[in-house]
Amino acid sequence: MTLFAIASREFKTLFLSPMAWTILAILHMIFAYLFLTQVETFTMLQPKLAVIENGPGLTDIIVPPLFGNAGIILLLVTPLLTMQLICGERRNKTLALLLSAPVSSTDIIIGKYLGILGLLLLVVVLVSIMPLSLLVGGELDTGKFLANILALTLLVAAFAAAGLYLSSIASHPVIAAMGSFGLLLLLWILDWTTGIKDQRSELFEYLSILRHFQNLQSGLISTVDVGYFMLFIGSFLLFSIRSLDNCRLFK
Amino acid sequence: MLLQAEHLHRYYGKHCAVNDVSFTLTRGDVLGFLGPNGAGKTSTMQMLCGVLAPSAGRIKINGIDLLAQPVAAKQHLGYLPDTPPLYRELTVHEFLTYCAQLHGVAKKNSRQAVRQAQERCGLTTVAKRLIANLSKGFQQRVGIAQAILHNPDVIILDEPTVGLDPLQISEIRALIRELGRDHGVILSTHRLSEVQESCSHVQIIHQGQLILNESIAALNLMMDTGIVQVTTRLAPDVSQLAAITGVNSIEYLSENCIRIHYSVANNPTPRLTETIIAAGWELQELTPVKKSMEDIFITLIKDNRS
Repeated sequence: MTLFAIASREFKTLFLSPMAWTILAILHMIFAYLFLTQVETFTMLQPKLAVIENGPGLTDIIVPPLFGNAGIILLLVTPLLTMQLICGERRNKTLALLLSAPVSSTDIIIGKYLGILGLLLLVVVLVSIMPLSLLVGGELDTGKFLANILALTLLVAAFAAAGLYLSSIASHPVIAAMGSFGLLLLLWILDWTTGIKDQRSELFEYLSILRHFQNLQSGLISTVDVGYFMLFIGSFLLFSIRSLDNCRLFK
Repeated sequence: MLLQAEHLHRYYGKHCAVNDVSFTLTRGDVLGFLGPNGAGKTSTMQMLCGVLAPSAGRIKINGIDLLAQPVAAKQHLGYLPDTPPLYRELTVHEFLTYCAQLHGVAKKNSRQAVRQAQERCGLTTVAKRLIANLSKGFQQRVGIAQAILHNPDVIILDEPTVGLDPLQISEIRALIRELGRDHGVILSTHRLSEVQESCSHVQIIHQGQLILNESIAALNLMMDTGIVQVTTRLAPDVSQLAAITGVNSIEYLSENCIRIHYSVANNPTPRLTETIIAAGWELQELTPVKKSMEDIFITLIKDNRS
């Protein structure tokens, strides 16, 4: 109950300042541009594609690149959204309100997480609306489209969890933002080493966010990939709860 | 017994901020926490509210252990930290409604609780304004409203009158006295007059240790000695004055001006004037010097150091 009170305040507050509006507007502008370039690419490729048997269709050309790029852009933006979550409360001295209220650390963390996730899901919705407009003149591969929505949703949920943790341990919002950006980018590029000199590290491959994201994007929804994201989110939320408990002990 | 603190300790690294503090609070008490800056007042209060975990010791609120069952115990707690915890982008009404939700006030009672808190703290006229645009005094009142909103048994206020103008201070003091009737209130301050005016009990904390824990009445008894300042035109004979019953000691300010410490129970002032007039030293001035708690405070700290 109080969990949702925290979440809804977090979500509403974002829209009380120009922050959420600015972010949504700018992101939507960029996504729209990306979407239009993909549509342009498709119209150029269409005559060639028509000849190939079982060739890539409209959905393949437009949706995965759009969602892939959206993922990279959100990798840059999410740390900026999450940096204030706990760190900002600590700096504004409002954390005491939550800590002295009859609310557990778990409720505080999950509430904060759901609040920021609300905004990120709104971004996912905005991205997803664009391909739907293609239904006017064409057909979409619904399965693949839904798989991409799921992939992006899990991706931003993971980004937010990592950002929340960094925000709960950092003393300054900029450190939180930089920390979560560095962590996420590292996990994103982790499997780039594969392919160099036939080296393969299974551990790096498993840890790489990009690999799991792309697997889901291709329409192959496997438990391994969904499980990876669930573990990722769960671990970082757990770390955040622990760190909030710790700040009462060692402040 | 609303609140019980037993052997509280708190270390920051090796520095001991709170050292073996124990006390209790019952309904109807207004407990004043006094001490110079850095004495450990805020640390103690933060521990009582569960914002800070004690390094050692136990806290019970309404009989519920704060460390074992934090959520249940905090239900009976209202806390105003030294900086009021306000979300500046919300209006007063929105903020208080949020606080009501946080403290688990049922939805149907929430509107009533918010309205009552606003009325008690004089916030009705600014209810629809953004907290960011309010003056420091009003922000402080929002902080107090937040602490009393859910009608908690124990109200803990860390320096509640800081930044208020004299009129607001007296309003807040009246509010604290009113709250003290059916709640237990703990407030911290470094101004002794505040404790004298609004508290029923006083605790003096210095360098993390509790050096005094008394009711105000007991404290006033401790302040039994009175002082009177006497100025005469001719230098008086001190030994003659010291012989008068009730005079404890005499302190020289100048040749013609002395301070006489006496016991309130056996006030020697009429005998003093008689003696001075009879001896022909020509009495020019006889002024009672008000002894404030500052003196006691300084004496206690001095005693503690030596």
